[in-house]
Amino acid sequence: MKRSNAPIFWSLFGAGGVLSALLAPVLVYITGIGVPTGAGMPVEALAYPRVLAFAQNLGGKVILFAVIALFLWHAAHRLYHCLHDFGVHPGLPTKLLLYGSAFAGSAAAAALLLTIGH
Amino acid sequence: MTRLSYVRPMEGWWRRNPYYVRYMIMEATSVIVALYAIILLVGVWRLYQGQAAYEAWLAAQRQAWSVALHGFMLLAMIYHAYTWWKVLPKTLPLIHVGGKHVPGLLLSTTGWTATLVVSAAVYATVRWCGL
Repeated sequence: MKRSNAPIFWSLFGAGGVLSALLAPVLVYITGIGVPTGAGMPVEALAYPRVLAFAQNLGGKVILFAVIALFLWHAAHRLYHCLHDFGVHPGLPTKLLLYGSAFAGSAAAAALLLTIGH
Repeated sequence: MTRLSYVRPMEGWWRRNPYYVRYMIMEATSVIVALYAIILLVGVWRLYQGQAAYEAWLAAQRQAWSVALHGFMLLAMIYHAYTWWKVLPKTLPLIHVGGKHVPGLLLSTTGWTATLVVSAAVYATVRWCGL
């Protein structure tokens, strides 16, 4: 019997769900509201030298990659299954488009983060 | 001969019941999760390009429409986190500790608490210690 690939996508969905439930609200606040407006956050918290040093550090690379990639996989999986509820009955092309976008975004993040700091 | 049986239309089915409306809002928050990942990915790309490009990205984040968008995204992400932990007990197999079934509300409450603790820790670290 051919093994299903569903557990892989479900695991990425679940990992992205946990990570986004823990981090998405505070990250959206920091990068989109706190630092840009200075409300409750120093404006220099995301200054170029600091963020560059963070992205050059292995731990920083792992965090940035995990957030970007797992958020994308989480969204792709949920959207794929949600289309059915909206009356769109997705087939293989939609699946390839959604999961392919998540893969492309993850690959781009990995390539950029591996290049920064060399 | 074809049978002309009545098929109940499914168009807009979820708007008929507030429970399903909340379900669809929960599912729709995944669009915001993806949008935020793309905003961060663009930020990493601009960082890779150098200081001028990165500072242009930061300047874009300061635009009024961007702050308003992030305000909306923040609400969506809070709802996303709330519902993620709320439905978690329904997606997991029953968990037993010491032969006793762990109630769903305890799992959800643990998740909500974890989100609050992690948020406070990340906020304090970025605010007072830097990245």
